[in-house]
This record gives sequence, structure tokens and C-alpha cells, in this order.
Amino acid sequence: MEDRTILNRNLAQMLKGGVIMDVTTPEQARIAEAAGACAVMALERIPADIRAAGGVSRMSDPKMIKGIQAAVSIPVMAKCRIGHFAEAQILEAIEIDYIDESEVLSPADDVYHIDKRKFKVPFVCGAKDLGEALRRINEGATMIRTKGEPGTGDVIQAVRHMRMMQSEIRRLGSLNDDELYEAAKQLRVPFDLVKFVHDNGKLPVVNFAAGGVATPADAALMMQLGAEGVFVGSGIFKSGDPVKRAQAIVKAVTNYNNPKILAELSEDLGEAMVGINESEIQLLMAERGK
Amino acid sequence: MRIAILALQGAFEEHQRMLHSLHVETFLVRKLSDWQQPKDGVILPGGESTAMLRIMKDEELLLPIRQDIANGLPAFGTCAGMILLAKEVENDTRERIATMDISVLRNAYGRQLGSFFVDEEFKGIGNVPMTFIRAPYITKVREGVDVLSSHDGHIIAARQGKQLVTSFHPELNEDTRIHQYFLNMIQE
Repeated sequence: MEDRTILNRNLAQMLKGGVIMDVTTPEQARIAEAAGACAVMALERIPADIRAAGGVSRMSDPKMIKGIQAAVSIPVMAKCRIGHFAEAQILEAIEIDYIDESEVLSPADDVYHIDKRKFKVPFVCGAKDLGEALRRINEGATMIRTKGEPGTGDVIQAVRHMRMMQSEIRRLGSLNDDELYEAAKQLRVPFDLVKFVHDNGKLPVVNFAAGGVATPADAALMMQLGAEGVFVGSGIFKSGDPVKRAQAIVKAVTNYNNPKILAELSEDLGEAMVGINESEIQLLMAERGK
Repeated sequence: MRIAILALQGAFEEHQRMLHSLHVETFLVRKLSDWQQPKDGVILPGGESTAMLRIMKDEELLLPIRQDIANGLPAFGTCAGMILLAKEVENDTRERIATMDISVLRNAYGRQLGSFFVDEEFKGIGNVPMTFIRAPYITKVREGVDVLSSHDGHIIAARQGKQLVTSFHPELNEDTRIHQYFLNMIQE
């Protein structure tokens, strides 16, 4: 494996046990950093507003991203559209720490994802199941997150995707060596990746939860289901008291196995984001890019 | 021997795996009652120092950890852990453990595109593989600090009494010699 791929996987390892927060201004970025975020995702509109606004959603203005890079010392991530390698080149040119090739934005290509091995800068990609996760890793992603359903405040899809990935990982572990070739065929991924998951019982890269996490309890749920950290998009800055909620979710990820602490953290957080139920949404972002 | 590993955020599992491969018992520290267990040393892992400090302060871990290390508890800080132990950080004024007489520059090699590997000499061990991820380096050492390794003219590993720090991440590969060095330090 190339050095760059290993270094980029290593950065994701440093983010483990942490919360990555969506921010739209330098001010929000500073709030997120002070609250204990391990990284921020710079974007012009958080997913809930993208959903409300409709229309085509694209990479953010590089000037806006640079403003956020200047405001904080933690890693800064940004999103590009699925398959839009020119947007990714622009993000690499401004030395972003991680690119999210994201289904939250309007896809630019309905067949091909970005050839992420061509880049020096790392990529995180969303996945609903093990096949998607391994296909993205094969394309060069060095970190995976569940897709969930962004901008809804409804955790059901993130749960579904994490459970699906974990159960498929366990199933691979139970197969005989000679059954792995067929598994690779069914998952539509190279044998080596299937073999790695079989031998190690996990993905070869860090796996976070994303899409619909709104409360400390949601974050703890995802961690107990096997996430190694959490992305929170609309959940923080769409809530009544962003500072308090951000701090609470950070501590919930650290103490995800301690219900007593989680109870304290869940007290008095003010309004959570209103949210939309899965059955009420028109647009399933998770269906973008398989 | 029993080693505490600060587990608020970051790559603490990697250190745990390393110590287990050396047959050393470990426990994870997330709150004050964890910290109060008997221990022979502590590892402060890589991750984001701002995130760790935020939780450390809120959980009232900062003062007890500072006190124990100042009183001679052996401590090993990697990357963010080195920032936690430094008395001075040139580009950050946040309160931290601050028990070691070094000045440190955060994100000294820039953003992720500046991350790199190198094989470099480590005093008393020889050449070891080193992984730097958005790493800091040491800009100044004061009396009593022993420089253990340098790269490109910058100090990347140092020791003072029972405190050991590295800019790089020895927990990310299979080479256990730096962890063994820390264990030897404890037994001296």
C-alpha cells in the first residue's frame, strides 16, 4: 500500500472517539472546537437547510472554507459532489484535511465515483452496507461513515446502515476460506478486501456514524452499535442551545457505555432540532451513489 | 505492571494493543474514578488535544493528572499527548497538564498534506519507523530535558525524568521498541 494511503487512514484513527461537526461560519467552527469537536465539516448550508431549499447543491465557496481553516486548529473537512473530481481537485488545492464525497450534495455522476487514489488528500465516503463500504475503500476512501439520512434528525437510517454493515462483517467472519471468493463476487468487491474483513472482523479503515444523530443518546446508540465516532450535521446548530448540545454529544461519545453519565448529559439541553420522520421525506439522499 | 491510558478521544486502542503485545496490563481512563486506580504509569495518546482538554477539564481530571505526574508518575505522550505535557505551546494558550520543560509548536508541519513517514535515529534504540500526522515538534528544551531524536533540525522526541514525549506515533506500526523504552523507564 502507498504511504499516502496509510497516512490518510492514520489521520482517521486520530479522529476516533470524537465528534465531527457541520459548521457554516468561522464563529460556529470556534464554538465546535471549544466544545471538543475532533474536526469540523465546513459547508455553506447544513443538510436540513439543503433539504428545505431544494435545487442543486454544490461544493462550498473556497473562500468560506478558508475562513473556517483560519479560525480553528483542528482538522477541517469539506464536501464535494459524488463523482465531481474537479471539485475535489479544488478542495485539495486549498489543503483541506479530508474530503467528504457526499450524497448530501447533488451527485455529479450517476455511474462513477471519484478515483480517490489519484489524490494525496484523504476521502471519507458514505455507505449503507458492507459492499458499498468496500467499493469506496477500493476506490481509495480512507474513512467510511454510514449514510444515515442527513438533515432529518431521525436516526433510524444510520442505525439500519450500521447494523447492516456489522452483521455482514460478522457473516464474512463465519465463512470458510473457500467461500470468500463467492462472497467477493456477491459484494462486487476485490477478494483482498473480503479476506481482510474475514480475518480481522472489521473494515480496514475507521468507520463513523452519520446522518440523523441529534441527541447524546443517539450518539451513544451509534457507538454501542459499533461506530468509532460520530458526525453531527444539522443536530447541533439547528437546536435551541448549540454550545450545550455540542459539549453533551462530545462527552456522550467518550462515555457511550455509561448510562449514568448519559443521563446527566441529556438533562436540560433545550429544544432538539425538530426533525422529519423517515416516512415524511421526499428525497432519500442515502440512495445516491451505490 | 499496570498502565493507565487516557481514553477521552483519539488513538488510545492502538496503545492498548501495543502494551498487550508486550504482556502489560492496561486500563482506560474516562473519568476521575478510573484515574484513582493504582497505576505504574500513564499514556497520553494521539488525537485532538483541544478535544481531550475540554473533557479533561469538565471531568475534573486535569489537576489530579498534573499532580500525579509532577509527583513522579511516569508519563508517555505521543503527538497530542506531547502537547498536553508541554509547559509552553507557541500557538495555543489553553490550560494543559504542563509538567514538562519544553516548548512545542502545534501542527508544525501544516495540514494533512504535510503528514509523512520517516526512518530516524532514536537515542539508545537505533533507527525506528516514525509516522507524523499533523504533528507538533519541540522548539525549545530547558535544563533537565534530554533530546532523544531530531528530524530536519527539529526535536521530535525528548525525555525529562520519568516523562517521555514523541511528535510521532509509535503505536501505529508493529515496532514495540519505543513502548518497551517507556516500560524500561518505569522500572529504572
